[in-house]
Amino acid sequence: MDQEILSKIHLTLYSDIKYLDIVQSVSDSFSAMAGFDEEEVYKVGLSVREAVTNAILHGNKNDPAIPVGLCFQQAGDRLIVKVTDQGEGLDERNLPDPLDPDHLLKPGGRGIFLVKAFMDNVVINTPDGGGTEIVMEKFNKEGEKNED
Amino acid sequence: MKIETRTVNGVTILDISGKITLAEGSVDVKKSVRDLLDSGRNQILLNLGDVKYIDSSGIGELVSSFTTVTNKGGKLKLLNLTLKIRELLAITKLLTVFECFDDEAEAVKSFS
Repeated sequence: MDQEILSKIHLTLYSDIKYLDIVQSVSDSFSAMAGFDEEEVYKVGLSVREAVTNAILHGNKNDPAIPVGLCFQQAGDRLIVKVTDQGEGLDERNLPDPLDPDHLLKPGGRGIFLVKAFMDNVVINTPDGGGTEIVMEKFNKEGEKNED
Repeated sequence: MKIETRTVNGVTILDISGKITLAEGSVDVKKSVRDLLDSGRNQILLNLGDVKYIDSSGIGELVSSFTTVTNKGGKLKLLNLTLKIRELLAITKLLTVFECFDDEAEAVKSFS
């Protein structure tokens, strides 16, 4: 069921890792405003940071001229974050499992894994127009408790 | 991120503080470890007690440092994991890779 959108922010940033701390600050402020507790704010913030890092480095190939789109929405008891890049499109099936013993000691490959571990729902879309859209949701469990 | 180096009973301890993230220059950890190896010091303890934040890039630096030291015949262990770092290492199964300690004296003794 669609829930009323209570708050929404759109951001566009150029592909440069110098913006990661700003992105995380916005995420932390938005999820705190949406009523999430400190631990959940941290988990959302790290997930957003990892998704944007992925968009900058692997999607847009670190080209500062190509933008990354970021949208935060609060809808009912859910926080929804969308991160979009303009790369070739991420095929989840090609992502190595970082828990596989053969990959455990590789330096990279844990970003999207952490997003999936810390968020409640994660969908990776490859729109027809190109690029990748990562949609992640977090449910406010404090809200559920308060309703009981 | 700030890294200070000291030696206790032949073990080099890197006291790391701040953030170990891509934006913060996570490669500094690996560089510090490589510098130690180049100077012949391969018994290394990373004290992460004052690391306030780490991302997947930072985890990658710890892993990379570990493999570099191990491949050179040395040992790299971790000291004073915060709850957040411990959680990240647990869900990435890296707690099975790293030897971790909460007590510095015990950690130093484990190298002998």
